[in-house]
Formats: sequence, C-alpha cells, structure tokens
Amino acid sequence: MLEVVLRSVSVLIVFLTLPLLVGQTEHKVMAHMQGRLGPMYAGGFHGWAQLVADAAKFIQKEDIVPRAADRWVFKIAPGVALVPYLVALSVIPLSASVVGADAPASALFVLAASAVGILGLLMAGWSSANKYALLGGMRAAAQLLSYELPLVLSVASVALAAGTVSLTGIADAWSPLWLVWQLPGAFVFLIAAVAELQRPPFDMPIADSEIVMGAFTEYSGLRFAFFLLSEYAGIVVMSLLFAVLFLGGWHGPFSDSLGPLWTILKGYGIAILIIWIRVAWPRLREDQLQRLAWLVLVPLALAQLALTAGWVVLSS
Amino acid sequence: MTDQSSSRTDPPKARGAIPGLLKGLAATARTLGRPTHTAEYPDAQPHLPPRTRGVIALLEENCTNCMLCSRECPDWCIYIDSHKETLPATTEGGRERQRNVLDRFAIDFSLCMYCGICIEVCPFDALHWSPEFEYAEVDVLDLLHEKSRLGQWMTTVPPPPALDPNSAEPQEITAANKPARKAPEARP
Repeated sequence: MLEVVLRSVSVLIVFLTLPLLVGQTEHKVMAHMQGRLGPMYAGGFHGWAQLVADAAKFIQKEDIVPRAADRWVFKIAPGVALVPYLVALSVIPLSASVVGADAPASALFVLAASAVGILGLLMAGWSSANKYALLGGMRAAAQLLSYELPLVLSVASVALAAGTVSLTGIADAWSPLWLVWQLPGAFVFLIAAVAELQRPPFDMPIADSEIVMGAFTEYSGLRFAFFLLSEYAGIVVMSLLFAVLFLGGWHGPFSDSLGPLWTILKGYGIAILIIWIRVAWPRLREDQLQRLAWLVLVPLALAQLALTAGWVVLSS
Repeated sequence: MTDQSSSRTDPPKARGAIPGLLKGLAATARTLGRPTHTAEYPDAQPHLPPRTRGVIALLEENCTNCMLCSRECPDWCIYIDSHKETLPATTEGGRERQRNVLDRFAIDFSLCMYCGICIEVCPFDALHWSPEFEYAEVDVLDLLHEKSRLGQWMTTVPPPPALDPNSAEPQEITAANKPARKAPEARP
C-alpha cells in the first residue's frame, strides 16, 4: 500500500515538474530562435521562475463561468483534459525498473488514456456557449480523430517489431537498427504527436487569429492554466513515449545506472524538436491538415506496418 | 535585369513543401546560435544618436523673453511670464536701463509634439534638445515642467556634433576670418 502511494506521489511530482521544465525551455528556446532573450527577471537567474510566477498570477485571477455555459461540464473540462496525461505518464517507463505502474499492455494503455484528452476539449468547446469555442472544439475533435489513426498505426508497427505491447518490453527489444527501418514510423509518430498536442503548425483548433482561442476562449484563471499545463504535460508524455518507442529509452552507455537519465535526456531532445517545429513552421489550413493525415501519414504508417510485418515474418 | 523580370512572370517551380520547411528550421537554428538583439533597457542604457529629441532643455541665462518660441509653438504649450525691471544708472548722471526678467517659463510636455520649432526659432540658443527621456509621470498634469526643471536638463545636452569633412565653415568663423576693412587712405 505504501509503495503504491509512494509511486503515485513520485509520478505526480514528475507530472508537475517536467511540464514546467519543458515550458521554460520553450520560453527560452523560442525567444533565442526569434532573436530575443525571453524571461529574464522572475527568480533572478535568466527568469528560471517565470512559470512559477505565471502560476501565481493565474491563481489570483477571477474564475469566470459564462452565464449561458453548461456550468458543470464547463468546470470539469480542464480536469478531463489534464488527468489523462497524468494517467498516461504513470505507465511510461524511465527504465526497466523505474516505472510508475508496470502494466502488461502499457503501449495500448498510454494511447487509450491520452485519447481521452479529446473529450476535455470537446466538453470545453461545447459547454462554453460561444461560437468560437464551439468551432475550436469541433476542429479539435476532427483533428484528433484523424491523427489518432496514424499514431496508433505507428505504435502498432513498433509493437509488432518487438512482439509485445508492453512499453518496457518494446524498449528492451530495441536495437540501433530500429533507427533505420522504423524511421518512417517514427516520422509519422512525431508528426501525429505534434498534431495530437495541437501545437503549431497544427494549432488550427486554437488558431488565435481566426477563432480567438478555440475551446479555451471562455476560460480564465486556474482553469485556463490547467489547459496550458495539459498541453505541456502532453509534450512530456509524447516526447517520453517517442524516446521509449523509437529511441530505445534507457539504452545507452552505463544504462544500468544512468538508464532513467537517458530516457529523460532523449525525451527532452524530442521536446526541443517539438518546440523548434513550432517556431519554424506556419500553421496548416484545416483542409491541408486533413489531407496530410489521410493522404500522407496513414499510407506511410500502413507501409511501415507492412514492412515491419514482412521483416518479422521473414526473420522469425 | 532581364533575369529578374522573367523570374517574376514565371510561375514558381513546384518543388513541394520540403525545401521551405527545411529553410524555416535552418533559419531558426541559425538565429538560435547568434547573439540576441535585445537591448536590456532598464539594466543597460540605450545608445541614443546625438540628435535624439528626448526633452527640451532651457538655458535660462540666454532667454530674453522675446516670446518667439511661445508664439511659434503649434500647440501653444510654452508659457512665459515676464516683467520689466528698471536698473538704476551705474554712473553719475547716467541713464537708467530697463531689462526683462523671466518670471515663468514652462513647457507642457503633455501637449508638446516634439516638432522642435521652438528650438529652431530661438535667436539666442536658449532652448536645446536633450536626449533625456525618462520623465514619465503617473498623472498627465504633472508633465507641465517649470523653468527649474527645464534648466536641470541642460547638463544632459550633448555638445553639437562635429561638422562633416569638407563641409563649409560655420558662418561665425567665416565672418571672423574675413580680413579687416582697410582704413580709408589719407587724402593728400
């Protein structure tokens, strides 16, 4: 019992610190990529406490619920968006032994859990009683549904190659050769993950220049902060998942002692890549977005799946 | 010339989105490696050009209360009060002299549009541009600055920039360098 509590608390701590780390990295990396300095004051040294200051600000803000809103749904939507990532994070292994809960079908579990986050967005968009929020929620639903498929297919390819749906098992079966022959799958996974997170260039659902802030339009204060936190928690989950599935997780020099560090380091690299993509690329239009999903990513993922299946059959 | 015009009329070659995407990544990565352009203003003072129009400073000693600046001001934001004082004769049987005394010289910087006409028009160089700019106030009414404050800004006025090479000499120097007029020749 004590062990369960300890594991849950440590997962919660990771869940609350890593997104802040990614958020701060985004502040700084994006600023320097745009020739700026980013936050410099909060906390004294290069604005390291900027997100803590932001959180303090969000807590002080008034929590507004529109009069026409569906109050109950409106209020729990941020939680529905945030908690699935916490659940998903609990089964992602940092090394063969360092894992919140070692589920036998953890790859399926992560995908299922993170897909629940869509519901939070839909609930937020529908219950806000705001046309922009509704449009944003609908766009989010359409986008997340169409990108869920390539995401699942690329994970299926890795699972097929490893012969298991346990994340620990997949990372154990990993070999450097995967970097080559799972490359299309990795590419599809990365693109689909960025789209799942609704980060630029796939930020059509929150496109602030056309539909204000999409499903988040009516939110303020702590609930809005929860949505932001869920975005960064999503980056953490997807980056760690990418590191475990395609980069071999804890494989690396001194993996016996430094295993978790390797996973986090690889995940951090992917997070920076996701930030880099956000800074460098323009937003996709809604039709381009669907086109990319169905005409490029799904066929590519299917081809990867066929390649993996062929390889597995031939080599066994 | 012909290349440019032809490339403008030709439709862009269809090379797909990939080169553009790579270009974007490369540009942001290059910027990441370069030092930033940020001027950390409150921590580091900005480098202002010598002719910066920050605030108008008053050299009170040069002012003759001629009111030219006040009258030329498009916004009428310069307020001048003065009175005449009679100085007693300095020598026995001499004439009394009158002089103008400046009672009030104020510029309302909430109205001023920094056109600099007052400085241009001042015949005695009593008004100067100062690069000082940190005089914001919470209340707009506090932007009306009297001559004591305007005089404090004189210390921040930079010396006039040097002349460009090969430029004509200033009028004063040309006048001073003119040979003195010859004395009329004595008549025989």
